[in-house]
Amino acid sequence: MNAPTKTPNASGWKPGTPVEGHNAVSGPDTVTGNRALMLEEPLIFEIAGNGSTGVDLPEPVGGTNRLGGMERSAPIGLPGLSEPETVRHYTRLSRQNYAIDLGLFPLGSCTMKHNPRLNEKVARMPGFADVHPLQPVDTVRGALEVVNELAHWLIELTGMHGVAMSPKAGAHGELCGILCIRAALEARGDAREVILVPESAHGTNPATAAFAGYRVEDIPATADGRVDLEALKARLGPDVAGVMITNPNTCGLFERDMKAISDAVHAAGGFVYCDGANFNAIVGKVRPGDLGVDAMHINLHKTFSTPHGGGGPGSGPVVLSEALSPYGPLPYTARTKDGVVHLIEEEGAEAFSQEHFGGSMDSFGRMTAFHGQMGMFTRALTYILSHGADGLRQVAEDAVLNANYILRSLEDVLHAPFGDSGPCMHEALFGDRGFAEGLSTLDLAKGLIDEGFHPMTMYFPLVVHGAMLVEPTETESRAALDQFIGALRSVAERAKAGDESLKTAPHYAPRRRLDETQAARKPVLAWDDPNLV
Amino acid sequence: MRYLPLTHADRGEMLSRIGASSIDDLFVDVPPEARLDGPIAGLPMHASEMAVEKHMRRLSKKNLAAADAAFFCGAGAYRHHVPASVDHIIQRGEFLTAYTPYQPEIAQGTLQMLFEFQSQVARLYGCAVANASMYDGSTACWEAVAMAGRVTKKKRVVLSGALHPHYAEVVKTMAKFTEDEIAGAAPSLTPSPDVDGLVSRIDDQTSCVVVQCPDILGRLTNLQQIADAAHEKGALLIVVNTEPVALGAVKSPGEQGADIVVGEGQSIGVGLQFGGPYLGLFAVRDPKHVRQMPGRLCGETVDASGKRGFVLTLSTREQHIRREKATSNICTNSGLCALAFSVHMTLLGEKGLRALAAENHRLACLAADRLAKVPGVSVLNDSFFNEFTLRLGTDARDVVRKLTGDDILAGVSLGRLFPNNADLADGLLVAVTETTSEEDIETLASALEGVLA
Repeated sequence: MNAPTKTPNASGWKPGTPVEGHNAVSGPDTVTGNRALMLEEPLIFEIAGNGSTGVDLPEPVGGTNRLGGMERSAPIGLPGLSEPETVRHYTRLSRQNYAIDLGLFPLGSCTMKHNPRLNEKVARMPGFADVHPLQPVDTVRGALEVVNELAHWLIELTGMHGVAMSPKAGAHGELCGILCIRAALEARGDAREVILVPESAHGTNPATAAFAGYRVEDIPATADGRVDLEALKARLGPDVAGVMITNPNTCGLFERDMKAISDAVHAAGGFVYCDGANFNAIVGKVRPGDLGVDAMHINLHKTFSTPHGGGGPGSGPVVLSEALSPYGPLPYTARTKDGVVHLIEEEGAEAFSQEHFGGSMDSFGRMTAFHGQMGMFTRALTYILSHGADGLRQVAEDAVLNANYILRSLEDVLHAPFGDSGPCMHEALFGDRGFAEGLSTLDLAKGLIDEGFHPMTMYFPLVVHGAMLVEPTETESRAALDQFIGALRSVAERAKAGDESLKTAPHYAPRRRLDETQAARKPVLAWDDPNLV
Repeated sequence: MRYLPLTHADRGEMLSRIGASSIDDLFVDVPPEARLDGPIAGLPMHASEMAVEKHMRRLSKKNLAAADAAFFCGAGAYRHHVPASVDHIIQRGEFLTAYTPYQPEIAQGTLQMLFEFQSQVARLYGCAVANASMYDGSTACWEAVAMAGRVTKKKRVVLSGALHPHYAEVVKTMAKFTEDEIAGAAPSLTPSPDVDGLVSRIDDQTSCVVVQCPDILGRLTNLQQIADAAHEKGALLIVVNTEPVALGAVKSPGEQGADIVVGEGQSIGVGLQFGGPYLGLFAVRDPKHVRQMPGRLCGETVDASGKRGFVLTLSTREQHIRREKATSNICTNSGLCALAFSVHMTLLGEKGLRALAAENHRLACLAADRLAKVPGVSVLNDSFFNEFTLRLGTDARDVVRKLTGDDILAGVSLGRLFPNNADLADGLLVAVTETTSEEDIETLASALEGVLA
C-alpha cells in the first residue's frame, strides 16, 4: 500500500487550523479516508464559557440558607454549553471511536459481541431504571425477581450452588471469590498463605490475590499451552489456599485436565478459582461446577452481551460451590421456601442463615454500597431469555466455529504456536515469528486499522512472543469473517515482506501514532493543569 | 436466533474448510464426562423480542417507580432530572459499544471525553488530578484507604461515625484482609458532627481519617480543622461525598485541605437503577500522589504529526503490568457512566450546577420547615444541603412501611441503615431534590401527621 495521498481541501481550510478565539491545535495538511466529514473537536473547556448552560433552572434566590457557613465562594471553573452545542460536541467525539456497531472487534479475551438494543430498552423501563436501592422491599419485588431469576440461570448454566450478585466487575468478582476462599479457610482455622496462578493468567489474578493478602506463585505452562499439571501437583501443600485458573484459557485452549487439577487441589485442602471471562465458548456445553470449580466470576458483558461502554461499567457475579456458598458477601438475594424473594442484608442475615444454611452462614461482609449492577442484570437476563437453551448452546458452538475458522484460514501466513494443540475455543492465538526485521506485532495491529478494523489483543498472553489474540465471537457473519481474514492476511504478508509503511501506520485514522512515552513522562491529566513531573 | 448470523449452510462449509466433520470435533478437548448434552434445566427455548419484552415489562411493573410516588429516598443515591440528550448520547453505538481505548488512534472520542471528565471532577472536588472513574463511591472509598496506607506506610484508619454505613462496611470487609486496623465510631444523633471527638482519635499511627460531607445524617462539616489535625500527625484526610450536586453550593473538600476526595457520581447523569451501575469519583489534591492512585488515567499527548491527542497513561501502576505489585486489582472503570456524568455536567455548566444546587437547597429548607411542624417530629440538623434527619419518636421503619401503601417513599430509615443500633431507630433520613414538588412535601407532611397521630 502507498503512503497516504495529500488532498488539499478546496477551500484552503485545513483540519486542525486554529480558529480565532479557540485554542485548537495545528494538524497535518491531509484529508484522507475516514477523515472526510471528521471535524476536529476542541475540548469543552476551550469552547464553552462559565456562563453558558444547556438546562433551564430557576435563578438562584439569595437570602438565608442552612449551609452552616460552608457556602462556596470560589468559582468551580466548569464549562457549560447549550443543548445543541453539547449534542454536537459529543456526536463529533463519537465519530472518532471504533465500536462493535461499526465492525468486527476481534479483541481476544475481551469478547466484543453485538449488543442487542432490546437489552437497552428493557433496562430503561421505569420499574428498573427509576427505583432506589433502599426502597422498602415490598416496593421492589420485580427488581428482586430479576436478580433472582438471573441468579438462578447463572447457577444452572454453571452447575454451581450459589451466586454472589453484588461484584461490580470481573476483577471485583475475582476479589469476591478469593475472599470467599479465605473466609472458608479461616472458618476451619486453616491459615494458608499462597495462591497459585498459571503464567498465562490475566494480570488481575495476581493483583487480586495480593490484594486479598496472599502471596502469589506462578505455575508454568506446558509446551502445548496448558497448565502443567505435574508442576501444579508438585507445588500443592498445606500452605496453598487455592489456584486461579482461566478455562478456556488465555491461549484459547480448553484445560483438558481441569477435573484432575480440581481433584488435586481439593485433596491438598485448597480451593479452585476459575476466571470465567471466556465462558461464552462453553455456555450450554460444559458446566464448570462439574469440573470441580469452587468459585467463578462471570463477566456479564462477555457472555451475556451487556455493552462495554468504552470501558465499563462491568458486572461480575460470582458463582460458588456448596463449600463456599455460606461465605459470600452481603447483601444476598434468595428465594426462600415459601417462594418469596428476600433481600438479605446485615439485618436478617442471622435468621436467613438459620433457615437456609443450618446456621453456618458466615458472610465475609459487604463489598459495595448496594446490590450490584442492576442495570446490567436486566440486560443479561433479557439476553438469556432471548437466546434460550438452544440459543445459548448455539452461541458457544458458533463462537468456537468462528475462532477455528480464523485460526485455520490464517495459519499459513501467521505463526500459530498452539495450532497443533487441538482446536481453539473462543479465540485464535498467533505469534510474530516470520515478520521482517524491525517490524512488530504493534506495526501489524496499526496496519490493520488502515484496513478498517480494530486490532486484535496484542502482546498477551505473555507466553507467546509478539502474541496476537483474535476473538471473533459468535455474532459475526461468515462474510464479515472472510473480510477480516482477507485484511489480516494482507497486512501479515506486508509484515513478512518488510513493508516499511507499516511502521508509520495508521495513516487513515483520526490520529497518527500517539506518543505514549511523552504522556507517561510528563503527565497532563487535566485541562490547564501544570505538567506533573 | 436473531443475534446469530451463521446459517446452517455456512456452518457446514466452515466445518469442512477447517477439516472437521462436526461441531463436536471442535469440542474434542472437553472430556466426555464433562459435557452437558441434555437440556439446560428449566430454561425455555429462544424467544421473540416481543415475548421477552413482555416478560420483562411484567417484572418491571411489580416495582414502585420513583416517578409514581412522593419520593424522598437518598442515603447515597439521589433522584435528579437527567436531560434527554444525556441518554441519547450514551446510546450512540460509537460510545455504547466501544471497548476500553487500548488503540488510541481510533478511540479519541472516548479518550477526549475521559480527559474532560477528569478535568471536570478535579475542579468540582478542588483537586489537581482525578482518575477516569471507579466502580462506585463505596469501592472508591476503600481504594482511598488502601492508597493512604501506601503513601503513609501506616495501618490505622480512623472512620467518622457519620460515614455512610455501607461504605464503612466495605472498608471493614477489605481491611480484614489487608490487616488495616479500623478505628470506627458509632454515629450519634447530634445536631452537628462531633469534630473534636474525631480529632481526638487521630494519632501517630493513623494513616488516614475518613470523613463524609455532607454526612450520612445530612450534616455539613467544616473540614479544615480535621485536615490540620490529620496533617499534624502525618495522616491523610479522605473526604467522601455522596451527593456531588452539593458541591455547587458548598466549599469543595480540596479547598479545605482534603488529600484524597472520593465519592459517588450517580447524581449527575446516571439515575437510580436500583443501586447500580454507579460511578465512583476519585481525585487527589497534590499531584505528587498521582502514581499511588488506583484506576485508569487518561493523559494528553501528541501524535506523529504533532496533533494533540489522548491516551491511557501511567499504566505502570496497573495490574496488567505490575501484577501482584499493582496499586489495585481494578481493571476497568465506569466509562459509560462517566460519559453520562460528563455530558450532564457540560449541559449544566457552572451556572447550571449552581442553580441546581440552589434549587435543591431551597426545596429542602422548605421541606424541613414544613415537616418540623408535624406534631411529634423534630429536625435534627443544624446544617444540611438537600438531605436531613427527622426524629419521629417511634421506629421509623414502621412509618416508612406504612406510607408505601399510599405511594409515598418517605425516605430511608436509620434502622435500615444501622440495623444493630437501637438508639437510631427513630431517625428518618429525608432527601429532597429539584424533582420534589411542593405538593409532594405537603403529601408527606400530611401522611406523617396521620401516621404519628
